[in-house]
Amino acid sequence: MLLKIRDLRVSVEDKEILKGIDLEVNPGEVHAIMGPNGSGKSTLASALVGKDYFQITHGKIDYEGKNLMELSPEDRAREGIFLGFQYPVEIPGVSMVNFLRTAVNELRKYRGEEPLAAGDFLKLMREKKQIVEIDSDLTSRSVNEGFSGGEKKKNEIFQMALLNPKLAILDETDSGLDIDALRIVANGVNKLRRPDNAIIVITHYQRLLEYIIPDFVHILYKGRIVKSGDKNLAVELEKHGYDWIKQELDVEAKLSE
Amino acid sequence: MKESVKELNTAEKYVEFFRKNQPVISEGDPAYLLQLREKAIGLFEAEGFPPKKQENYRYTHLEPWFGKEFARYFRERKIAFDIDDLFSCDIPSLETRILMILNGFFYSNGQKGLTELDNGIIYGSLREATRRYPELVGQYLGKNAEMEHEPFVALNTAFAQDGIFLFVPGNQHLEHPIQIIHLLLSDTDQMVQHRNLFIAGKNSRADIIICDHTLSPHMFLTNSVTEIYAEENADVDIIRLQNEHNSSFQVTNTWINQERNARSRHSTITLHGGMVRNNLHVKLQGEGAHTEALGLFLIDKKQHVDNFTVIEHRQPHCTSHQQFKGVLDDDATGVFNGKIQVFQDAQKTEAYQSNNNILLTDTARMHTKPQLVIHADDVKCSHGATVGQLDEEALFYLRSRGISVEESRLLLMYAFANDVISRIKEPALKNRISHLVEKRLRGELSRCNCCRMQCQD
Ligand SMILES: Nc1ncnc2c1ncn2[C@@H]1O[C@H](COP(=O)(O)OP(=O)(O)OP(=O)(O)O)[C@@H](O)[C@H]1O
Ligand SMILES: [Mg+2]
Repeated sequence: MLLKIRDLRVSVEDKEILKGIDLEVNPGEVHAIMGPNGSGKSTLASALVGKDYFQITHGKIDYEGKNLMELSPEDRAREGIFLGFQYPVEIPGVSMVNFLRTAVNELRKYRGEEPLAAGDFLKLMREKKQIVEIDSDLTSRSVNEGFSGGEKKKNEIFQMALLNPKLAILDETDSGLDIDALRIVANGVNKLRRPDNAIIVITHYQRLLEYIIPDFVHILYKGRIVKSGDKNLAVELEKHGYDWIKQELDVEAKLSE
Repeated sequence: MKESVKELNTAEKYVEFFRKNQPVISEGDPAYLLQLREKAIGLFEAEGFPPKKQENYRYTHLEPWFGKEFARYFRERKIAFDIDDLFSCDIPSLETRILMILNGFFYSNGQKGLTELDNGIIYGSLREATRRYPELVGQYLGKNAEMEHEPFVALNTAFAQDGIFLFVPGNQHLEHPIQIIHLLLSDTDQMVQHRNLFIAGKNSRADIIICDHTLSPHMFLTNSVTEIYAEENADVDIIRLQNEHNSSFQVTNTWINQERNARSRHSTITLHGGMVRNNLHVKLQGEGAHTEALGLFLIDKKQHVDNFTVIEHRQPHCTSHQQFKGVLDDDATGVFNGKIQVFQDAQKTEAYQSNNNILLTDTARMHTKPQLVIHADDVKCSHGATVGQLDEEALFYLRSRGISVEESRLLLMYAFANDVISRIKEPALKNRISHLVEKRLRGELSRCNCCRMQCQD
């Protein structure tokens, strides 16, 4: 098993946002997480990559047999965890090339490999750029600075391609993309799928899941995974909206009273 | 009869010291210089050092530094050292003309005191220039740097004996930048006051690099004055790289005078220094003059850097652009005080100023104060100041890609500093400074990158 989350509870400033999440992810799987705004999807992603703004009050996260909570954010990345941010931050003055080369070489160092020579790195970059058809000009700028919404999302997948993670969490990578870009990005993600890696896609739209076909779909609602199923769950959701889930939950709640 | 013996205060001691040593200090001075010294010591005597909490020196009280025990020498001392052994302050792939000042005196290193090129360009020892070209030097020396209410300029004017002189006649370009290296190297704690005079004639161009260095671990106090004249349509670029050790104290006074359409750029990069006060005073005397003032300091431990600027817009259609940045670690303190003064006739003035600072600890302090004094109505002025921390979101983004905290912080600090460095136009110099700044941020530049002596930190 790649990732095993047990009864995870997370708070921000004493407000409980995740109220007991259980999730298991095996190599080769694609999991989709859907759910209304504010239900805690990004919070879950942040907890996985170690953003210390969130306090984990309870539960366990097991990653390849290691206790993930003991690892720093950079070590999680070096162990193969990648988050495609919902809102990638702009970093003026840090050039894309410098940033990416530093990141790639830190990973190599962690694995005991020699740093890539400048020429080899540029070659690697050119190769990976094609996966998401990213504009050449973007890599000559500062990290995300002045990138359009769609360009920022493409840039996240480009980084994923360069860093080659074992577990990629893509937080609403589809929002802000035009129809063509959505297809390009989704195809890019598919090219990066392998039997030994896994992807968690967080999305609001079933459309993305037509390209990146999930093995499992989970619905996160008010800090809990309230329903899990296969790709058809997303289709149902698209048809009926969240009221359907809410009603079902209310019925269950009544029954249990 | 009771005779009360009055204890002399620091300023009075300097005056007395001047009177006692006057014959040596002014030995061989032409008449105009003798008069200038007299005037200077008189003004200094009348004013003394700025009192504590005086507006312009609010966070940097200098009198105590000047009251410390320092040796002062009015004749060049022979200090035995092999320049090549100690020093390799090169800028790879940039050809410069190197001039050295050792403890306040022009260090000829076997060369001539003054170099006179066929096209009329002159550079070398100011002392020698005051004697060889009394008319030329007398026309400029002390005419720009004001002494009234400027006790440090007055003090320097009374005491200074040597420094660098540069004259670029009209329509001439300095082919290679002049690199001035101020060296402090002594066998005792020492005070130094030297003086530079740069004159860029009409339509001329000059690039000057000034490096301040300490080569021995003694305490040093420097009070220097640099006067710069940019005549009509001249273009002058000065970069000052301050890299002295932590028990050195430095006051620089830079006065730039610009005539019509003249352009100047003055950049101060402070990598190291115990206490540094930089006074930059620019007078835009002619219509259409443009000046750019850049500053960057990177300080830690108990270092203190105070950048004080005055930009005088005296005529219409002048522009000024100031950008000062600071990164402060540990218990370091920084000050920025930037004054823009727009005179009544100076319509269509454009004056911008920004000051941004990053505090890396809770104990570092930054005081920033913009001052706009505007007496014209058709002007565009703006200023902005920030004091903040490194962007946490950006830091996390970098770490989430596997980059260590230290390296991530470094990338962000470097990005912050690079705003200033990227404005340096000569690529070789930009690379060099960029490299030094990076080393400084990495903590690899403990005292002086160029110095091979491993003295105390
Ligand atoms: N830094 C924060 N401070 C305070 N509250 C926060 C913070 N981050 C998230 N929250 C709150 O936690 C809840 C869950 O937020 P989260 O971003 O995880 O939702 P989400 O499911 O990703 O929503 P969306 O679909 O809109 O992206 C929200 O109520 C949000 O306001
Ligand atoms: Mg979200």
